[in-house]
Amino acid sequence: MRTIEVLGSGCPNCRRLEANAREAVVMAGVEAEVRHVTDPREIVGRGVMSTPGLVIDGKVVSTGRIPSAGDIAVWLSQS
Amino acid sequence: MTTLALRRPTAPLPAVAGTAAALWLVAWLVEAPAADWLTFTVLGLGRDSHLGEATAFFLEDLPKVLLLLTGIVTVVTLIRGFFPPERIRPMLAGRGLVPGSFAAAGLGVVTPFCSCSAVPLFIGFVEAGVPLGVTFAFLISSPMVNEVALVMLWGLFGPGIALAYMAAGLTVAIVGGLVIGRLRLERYVEDYVWELAGRPSTAIAVHLTWSDRLGDAWSYTRTLVRKLLPYLLIGIGLGALIHGYAPTDLIASIGGRSNPLAVPLVVLLAVPMYSNAAGTIPIVQALLGKGLPLGTTLAFMMAVTAISLPEFVILRRVIKLPLLAVFIGVVSTGIVAIGFLFNAITG
Repeated sequence: MRTIEVLGSGCPNCRRLEANAREAVVMAGVEAEVRHVTDPREIVGRGVMSTPGLVIDGKVVSTGRIPSAGDIAVWLSQS
Repeated sequence: MTTLALRRPTAPLPAVAGTAAALWLVAWLVEAPAADWLTFTVLGLGRDSHLGEATAFFLEDLPKVLLLLTGIVTVVTLIRGFFPPERIRPMLAGRGLVPGSFAAAGLGVVTPFCSCSAVPLFIGFVEAGVPLGVTFAFLISSPMVNEVALVMLWGLFGPGIALAYMAAGLTVAIVGGLVIGRLRLERYVEDYVWELAGRPSTAIAVHLTWSDRLGDAWSYTRTLVRKLLPYLLIGIGLGALIHGYAPTDLIASIGGRSNPLAVPLVVLLAVPMYSNAAGTIPIVQALLGKGLPLGTTLAFMMAVTAISLPEFVILRRVIKLPLLAVFIGVVSTGIVAIGFLFNAITG
């Protein structure tokens, strides 16, 4: 079971990233839980200051941008 | 194997970028003569008529602003990608108020800023030990003096006005940071933010390829242009009407030098308006062309971008009302002062 966390305040960009992440889970065919982190303290705690941020299995893989579902699927299938 | 199957097929990057740049250049060179030809030859409007002048202005300006916006925003977003706040934070931590405020104002120019990131940014800065005044210098400079506004001003009005705008914005940011720092307002930061300060900050490094960066820049530009397009149409439409019909005397007498209330008035007018700096440019262009003094015009532009109600609501989550009030007061006073100064210098 993988964990994907979307870090962001619930702004439109964060929702787009969450949608991409869910699509990526289907594309990569892995089992994963997608979580949306909105608490700014927790976001900063991960070292992220530009939202949206994306965390896969506890590792920050992107900040301040919206990677495509395809890119996220590649990350999911890599590790 | 799965990795390979998931990769999208892409055309060679330099070819795509080169073709796009060439198309942009051709469009830039032909748009003004094309608008002229369309207005006066195809539509047969008179060169001296109000309607002819307004139409030519609209047809020439819309593609011009769209081209500038698309080209510049793409290039600038590409550059900004190299200066994420996560990278500049260590440069500001541990500096004194004065050097820190100068550095923060300067870095604010190249750093991308989105008001939705204001809260994590603020907490992240405080957590790393960036002084409060320095943090505010950054928060003032980043949305106001952005390089998109600078390059657009440069392209439309020349280097003088662009540099004047940058100098004015940096001054407001530095002075604002120094004032907020000297006032010792730390107690008006929400308590939970201080509980995080001094916690070892997590450094992260995310690797991006050129293809990621170009893709990001292009998708950001597309979104921005789509969002700005209705405002641009209204702005340029208004601009065209002002250009073709409004008597110069009218605007000059309401907004002109003889009216000492003009500068505070435009700043007040700008409070409910919130726009990206680039979105205000068509209106600014029309007003300047009709005799609104430079200081009043720059004050309007700075106020639209730096005084934004939604951003204040967001900041309220990390700072208490007195500090928010000081922040708004310092920024508005600074903008009004700059407006008067430029009117006095250029008068």
